[in-house]
Amino acid sequence: MADLGVEICGIALEHPVINGSGTFDALAARRAFGDRMDQSFPFSAFVSKTITPEPRAGNPPPRLYETPAGMINSIGLPNKGLEGFLEADLPELDRLPVPLIVSVMAPSRDGFATLVERVGERDEVAAIELNVSCPNVSSGLIVGEQPAETLALLSALRPLTAKPLIVKLTPTVADPGAIARAAEDGGADAVSLVNTLRATALDPLTLEPWLGAGSGGLSGPAIRAVALDQVRRVAAEVSIPVIGMGGIESGADALAMLGLGASVVAVGTASFRDPLAGARIRAELDEELSLRGRAHLPRRLPASTSG
Amino acid sequence: MSDRVLAPFGRRCCEVSANRASGGYRVVSALDREGPQPQPGQFYMLSTDAWGGPGGRPYLPRAFSVAAAEPAREGLRLDFLIEAVGPGTALLAGLDSGDSLHLTGPLGRPFSDPGELGKGAAGAVLVGGGIGVAPLALLRRELARRGVPQRTLLGFRDRAHSGGLELFDCSEIRTASEDGHTGHQGYVTELLGVLLEGDDARSAAVYACGPPAMLEAVRLMCAERGVAAELAMETPMACGFGSCFGCAVPLADGGYMRLCVDGPTVAADRIESALIAGSGH
Repeated sequence: MADLGVEICGIALEHPVINGSGTFDALAARRAFGDRMDQSFPFSAFVSKTITPEPRAGNPPPRLYETPAGMINSIGLPNKGLEGFLEADLPELDRLPVPLIVSVMAPSRDGFATLVERVGERDEVAAIELNVSCPNVSSGLIVGEQPAETLALLSALRPLTAKPLIVKLTPTVADPGAIARAAEDGGADAVSLVNTLRATALDPLTLEPWLGAGSGGLSGPAIRAVALDQVRRVAAEVSIPVIGMGGIESGADALAMLGLGASVVAVGTASFRDPLAGARIRAELDEELSLRGRAHLPRRLPASTSG
Repeated sequence: MSDRVLAPFGRRCCEVSANRASGGYRVVSALDREGPQPQPGQFYMLSTDAWGGPGGRPYLPRAFSVAAAEPAREGLRLDFLIEAVGPGTALLAGLDSGDSLHLTGPLGRPFSDPGELGKGAAGAVLVGGGIGVAPLALLRRELARRGVPQRTLLGFRDRAHSGGLELFDCSEIRTASEDGHTGHQGYVTELLGVLLEGDDARSAAVYACGPPAMLEAVRLMCAERGVAAELAMETPMACGFGSCFGCAVPLADGGYMRLCVDGPTVAADRIESALIAGSGH
């Protein structure tokens, strides 16, 4: 057994496998599986679905389309809004046996500020992830595509909380390293990537867009190679920790992501196929390390200064 | 029936014990050694070893209502009614005895009791269409076991798109077919219409599962006559346990429900239409 323990932004994790935001609803899973879900919780930290200042119903159906080795979603961030989350969901999420990371998104800097202040003051919350890259909501895309916007947002939010701030990066930019650098310069404690890739599907009969919202985000093994490269590029640019995700389905996939510089990996679409995928990936990661005679996770090389 | 049975956490591997023809469909049976007895209306997410094979599809598991669940040696025999219509269903329909069937379940909200659906409803009318007859087979057995009076009406397009009758273990089924190969030539909703004209129509709740157009016709007929109805619906679904938010069904009073955890059985008066974009594919 290798030592899988990691620390990220001062949070000690039992192992480096967490969930991607919006890919595992612990409260719904508790309804489907009961308390056994908590007893064998597959992740070492739980990242919530993104919450917004006001409640959102989400996008009209259809919201899903299966692709070769993946899927496109256009869910549209349905959530109870800040107040609903704090009152109804947070106490229930606090029962989970792992640290809680809350994902937030707002259409304005002020909205983000309110979310960060209100969520950040709660003891149940270990860290906040800023969703600046969700491709389903136009306002989110703009910040995460622009280094200047990203820097400005982080500079505004950093003084508002002592909790770690994680910036979730979009892959649909020419230079993800530049956005990550802006996040680091603005005071971010970590970056997580990749979010889904913008994608479209057509109804084969009508040749009209299949998804109710017209387009969505691609996830699953179909994007793994892209995600690996983006993690490599970002890890070379910043010295803050990187949470790597995108199509991870096995311990070997996780090890590749860690080897390229991620400190933690997140499992997303694979959990849809098996709610315990995260636990399997952790076990496989342990085996992969043992096979290579390694007692520890790969250590990240220092960030280069050359870009 | 509404207190749902909970699934073991995680996907498990079951051995296929039989795969037989049933009309134009297949009945695939698997031995579940770990799961609990499912309730009528609940479903499982199914996949096989060949998932994600050449071409990368199918990738996501497929949701199937359970049609029968009988005690067997060392577990439970689960029967699924399958029609090969795409890459996932083709693999499921082609399973052989001894193959692995990966499943998560039982999931979702079971059918309600007649009395929970309609004031004074003591009996049940089951209306099934095509492959959608599956959950009604398990419901019929459960209602019969409990002595609830019932009528079963099943409709099919043609001989190639029919099957599953023997799962009902009952000779008193009225059938309809669009090509006239069995029973009344026409739609199953025409049989329902005749039944609902009776003075005692409100003494029974209607349970329906089938193609969206059939469900919508049932919903409208029951609403018009003040008869309580519950629909077992289907939409594209990635996970089956509330995580993907893909299976959204618009509600009559605004917003959406997740069909996997808040359904798949839905009281007909909760929705404005059973014609959900993307369902029936």
